[in-house]
Amino acid sequence: MNTNRSNLMWAGIFVGPWVLGFLLFTAYPFFASLWYSFTNYNIVRDAEFIGLYNYEFMFFKDIVFWVSIGNTFYFAITLVIFGTIVDIFLAALLNRKIVARATYRLIYFIPVLVPTVASSLIWIWVLNPQRGIVNYLLEAMGLVGPNWLGSTTWVKPALVIMAIWGSGRAIIIFLAGLQEIPRHLYEAARIDGAGPITVFRHITLPLLTPVILFNVVVGLIFSFQAFAESYIMTQGGPANASLFYGLNLYFHAFENLRMGYASALAWLLFMIIMFFTLVVFRGTRRWVYYENE
Amino acid sequence: MNSTSTVVVTRRSKSLADRGRELLGRFGVHLFLAGFGIIFALPLYWLFMSSLKEQSEIFKVPPDLWPVNPRWMNFPDVLEVIPFWTYLGNSFALVVWSTIGALISNTFIAYGFARLNWPYRDQVFILVLATMMLPFQVRMIPMYIAFHQIGWLNTLLPLIVPSFFGNAFYIFLLRQFYRTIPMDLSDAARVDGANELQIFWSVVLPLMKPAITTLVLFEVIFTWNDFIGPLIYLRDNDRYTLSIGLRTFFTLYGARWDLLMACSTMFTLPMVIMFFFGQRRFIEGITLTGIKG
Repeated sequence: MNTNRSNLMWAGIFVGPWVLGFLLFTAYPFFASLWYSFTNYNIVRDAEFIGLYNYEFMFFKDIVFWVSIGNTFYFAITLVIFGTIVDIFLAALLNRKIVARATYRLIYFIPVLVPTVASSLIWIWVLNPQRGIVNYLLEAMGLVGPNWLGSTTWVKPALVIMAIWGSGRAIIIFLAGLQEIPRHLYEAARIDGAGPITVFRHITLPLLTPVILFNVVVGLIFSFQAFAESYIMTQGGPANASLFYGLNLYFHAFENLRMGYASALAWLLFMIIMFFTLVVFRGTRRWVYYENE
Repeated sequence: MNSTSTVVVTRRSKSLADRGRELLGRFGVHLFLAGFGIIFALPLYWLFMSSLKEQSEIFKVPPDLWPVNPRWMNFPDVLEVIPFWTYLGNSFALVVWSTIGALISNTFIAYGFARLNWPYRDQVFILVLATMMLPFQVRMIPMYIAFHQIGWLNTLLPLIVPSFFGNAFYIFLLRQFYRTIPMDLSDAARVDGANELQIFWSVVLPLMKPAITTLVLFEVIFTWNDFIGPLIYLRDNDRYTLSIGLRTFFTLYGARWDLLMACSTMFTLPMVIMFFFGQRRFIEGITLTGIKG
């Protein structure tokens, strides 16, 4: 009895700060933003209850909202497909026991350490149509580089390329996943005469699916929350071509001061993130191979 | 036993053609890693090289791949064009206080979840993990309004204070480490009459150094890079952190790529240096937890 009560007391002391923080910084904003999403609110005047109007406006009247949804899906899907291919490819190469492996790994990882503001400025400058190094090199190869950030066609691919450049974190996670694959499987396959492509298709890829799944979910969630890059580099332009979900939300909240509408956008974002997480984890059983099952 | 002998046999019978193929494979790996490596390193090369160019040279078409007269004075010049020391001081204060907060709160809270027994502990822990699904955008608006009402806008407090109440990601990270420390150590101390606080402080915490290093690295990098937080809460130029200051610099002097790149270099360098010191812990932290945005 006595030990139970002292256990409870210590639990209260150690976990208490989290409970307080949870109430103040998670539970309160969670319910408050749900409430704001049913109001018209600009901070200066009191919130005015308008029922589901914000959601109705969002789905049926706000064209810009649909533009931002389209842009975000374009960005997310392109990033997830190309990012996953590049990252697995590089991780598979980095997994080989070769000279200078540590140096290679460092080169691929350093972009992760560059603060977003700095990397955004670097990429504006690198992609400068006349004076940037990218178009200079394209020209040297006999190609005409596009107007990148100033072009409605190329602005999204440009931001995807930049995101893949900064995806060293995913490479590290894939690398760790590759190292978990038991060596004896590879040796057995080699004895059976399987070539490198067969080995990759039938051993590496199936055993890597949990890690791929994880990175896909993270990539999707990241895309829907992405903000700083487009805010700094393009402000959503040209012609809203890089207006992503997170940026659109920010503009409504802090530039138009439409806090109620922005809260509705935030709640939809929350639903989308929950949906991705649940759908993908439910689909897990279908196509992901877990060794223990 | 059987399989080992087979491997030995195959190794011995390796033909010259096999060896040639292996060498070729190795060469291919290097070719790809180096090729992609150059692409990945290019933006950082362009950053550093541009930061050494003269203002007139920056706009040359086609650009020089290396400055004719490297101009190191660009770095001190930045300090005169923008209030660099003020920004640095604010960034420094933010990083130090947030790290202290994260360190104290999370070591405490995670201990409660990993090494104390209390009813519904694991259910509450699932709630901790669930808070990670709530996007920043949902908290952002109510927290902004609340901080506005208590007069904390334009101070670092909204950015610092929440870190004193724990963070789901760090709680998860530290809990993983706490669980690897044998319970017998705590039990022995308990028999000797030590209370939970003494066990935490003098028995368990000294064994947590690697995990604490990981936490400090993540928190320092996260707060140093943070853009949207300071963007929302800080109004006046003399309150800005470096990330907001650098972006302001860009909006005011958008054509001074010599100085912008010099400033970006100075902003990035501390993170790279820190990474070199804590590389192993940092990579370990990423693979253990998957992500850190």
